[in-house]
Amino acid sequence: MTVTMGKALTAALRDAMREDDTVLMFGEDVGPLGGVFRVTDGLAAEFGEDRCFDTPLAESGIVGLAVGMAMNGFRPVVEMQFDAFAYPAFEQIASHVAKMRNRTRGAVGLPMVIRVPYAGGIGGVEHHSDSSEAYYAHTPGLKVVTPSTVADAYSLLREAIADPDPVVFMEPKKLYWAKDEVSLPVRTEPFGRAVVRVPGSDATLLAYGPAVPVALEAASAAAAEGLSLEVVDLRTLVPFDDATVAASVRKTGRCVVVAEASGFAGVSAEIVARVQERCFHSLAAPVLRVAGWDVPFPPPVLEKYQLPGVDRVLDAVDRLQFDDAPDPRFLAVSP
Amino acid sequence: MTTQAEHRMPAVLPGGVPPADALLPSAEPVRFLDDDGGPAPGDAHGRYERPSTELLRRAYDAMVLGRRFDAQATALTKQGRLAVYPSSRGQEAGEIGAVLALRETDWLFPTYRDTMALIARGIDPVEALTLLRGSWHCGYDPMATRTAPQCTPLATHAPHAVGVAYAARRRGEDTVALVLIGDGGTSEGDFHEALNFAAVFHVPVVFLVQNNGFAISVPVSRQTAAPSLAHKGVGYGVRGERVDGNDPLAMLAVLTDAVESARAGGGPVLVEAHTYRVEPHTNADDDGRYRDHDEVAAWKRRDPIARLEAHLRSAGELTDDDVAAAGAAAEAFAADVRKRLSEEPVGDPAELFAHVFATPTPQLREQAAWLAEELAR
Ligand SMILES: Cc1ncc(C[n+]2csc(CCOP(=O)(O)OP(=O)(O)O)c2C)c(N)n1
Repeated sequence: MTVTMGKALTAALRDAMREDDTVLMFGEDVGPLGGVFRVTDGLAAEFGEDRCFDTPLAESGIVGLAVGMAMNGFRPVVEMQFDAFAYPAFEQIASHVAKMRNRTRGAVGLPMVIRVPYAGGIGGVEHHSDSSEAYYAHTPGLKVVTPSTVADAYSLLREAIADPDPVVFMEPKKLYWAKDEVSLPVRTEPFGRAVVRVPGSDATLLAYGPAVPVALEAASAAAAEGLSLEVVDLRTLVPFDDATVAASVRKTGRCVVVAEASGFAGVSAEIVARVQERCFHSLAAPVLRVAGWDVPFPPPVLEKYQLPGVDRVLDAVDRLQFDDAPDPRFLAVSP
Repeated sequence: MTTQAEHRMPAVLPGGVPPADALLPSAEPVRFLDDDGGPAPGDAHGRYERPSTELLRRAYDAMVLGRRFDAQATALTKQGRLAVYPSSRGQEAGEIGAVLALRETDWLFPTYRDTMALIARGIDPVEALTLLRGSWHCGYDPMATRTAPQCTPLATHAPHAVGVAYAARRRGEDTVALVLIGDGGTSEGDFHEALNFAAVFHVPVVFLVQNNGFAISVPVSRQTAAPSLAHKGVGYGVRGERVDGNDPLAMLAVLTDAVESARAGGGPVLVEAHTYRVEPHTNADDDGRYRDHDEVAAWKRRDPIARLEAHLRSAGELTDDDVAAAGAAAEAFAADVRKRLSEEPVGDPAELFAHVFATPTPQLREQAAWLAEELAR
């Protein structure tokens, strides 16, 4: 069956709500409208406005309400309308969602999911294209998950809803319409497992979410030129799969991290740090990054310069010192 | 289970949205007692009835014990036994009134200032003081005690109370949640969002604002230009009420009424208690920089325990023996707290990693091992 990522997410919500009547879906425009990306399409009709409902327009209140309901027997799934519009909820997320289990010595767990449509590539005007995963991944106590395939979208969301801990579920907006042949329900690898999408031997591309299709395209382009790139889809940023990542990089000896978010202090920076800590003696070149520039996300006309593309990835691969020459970009110690 | 259509029902009156007047607080705070514990002139208590003698006697004992506990905690802080202690001395009518208005099955959402309320709720004092002692964050089990962890980020617990009460109501339970909040906290966005959500979803929550005059050093006049904090309810469709926060009769009468009205399906209620923080913000505060000693002294003369005691004595409902017994119970309680907190608290470093997730991630297990290794050296 051909399914889009958006529809797979809808199916995951529907199946979870059918199986467990403590699962609720709420947020802004998620009721009769079905959400601005239609991910909650049909849920209010099937389960009633009691189980899938619109709230007042206030993100902190939405997440705060979910905290209280999760404390008292429900499994709320809340939708933040866009990445940047989740910021009003950040205090709730950082101070309560992430900390509740720890501060109560395990007495109060919060089984809740915060769905965040994120990243660019859809020509969104400002405040509609942020890659906000680092804020969440940097906050201990949150699981942070981001699918790049249709099957993962379904499976990871089901797992997120079933998880005893809060999960920030980052949905790459530009992949909502990506299609695949999948028969639902489907289960893929669990949280904490990265997946080798394409095996290779010359270098590893580590990518997650919206950057995975770019890495895959780069790998095919490289293959045409006789270069074998391994593509690892990280899938869950927290918990992180050090084992799969290190095994790949130790095997290939070269690594490029591909991420759409700005690089500085980003998840890509964390990945580079982990790789060099664990793989230093296997590395034939510094670990490079292809990440977004450190600029506020550009307006639609300019976004193509911000998003990592195949050429930029291949250019980074070229700089992995196959010819033993140092990377010309980093000869100087400072810009 | 209620339906969304019912959620859209008017908040108070059958047959339509309640008129704004029905949501407005009284012009003057509700009170039964004058400043000395005699009857307040006129009908300052409005439609409210004097709480039962039995309830007032329980309140008296709990307030005496609460104040003694509070003084003990302040003393322990000076001795370095607590990391910090925000006193609620002078706010006993609110601390105790809130707890006595609730059933055991109801939920209380306290702040850092409300350790006295935790004691009144029956929480073990060592568990209650865990946060301020610094040996962990929340020391009691919120599920077992139906008492949320003391909240420090101002007003952020208010939406949680709405969620907990909404969850209970959806299951057909008659649970009420009561949130404690300070005057400064009412300026935070979450206070507004919680009132709004509670009203829109018609949730049984009571918001008790203890207006004690200050947010650390900032007077309430810098928080709002509204006629009163209780007036903030009407904008959300929430009934507001103002009470003399140092009048235990008024506090018990209004809070009990608010809780039972919420329980009966009347929707959320916002209660503003006019009280005063007679101690500095915490032991670390220097209140001489922002207020007059005379003002503090004036408020101390409106002491809630003295007023209740005068009232009960004049009604022949409190004897010298009762007063002595309450004092003795409070002393014994304080002695126990003193003794149990004289031991150095111990913290287990392995616990740092234990509760971050239900099951620690591989990264946390790895870091726990590194710390254990470091400590074994
Ligand atoms: C969101 C947030 N901002 C600032 C603080 C620091 N802070 C702690 S207590 C306090 C004053 C609060 O005053 P109020 O709400 O009136 O309560 P009170 O302390 O008087 O009981 C402040 C500013 C905080 N805890 N949370």
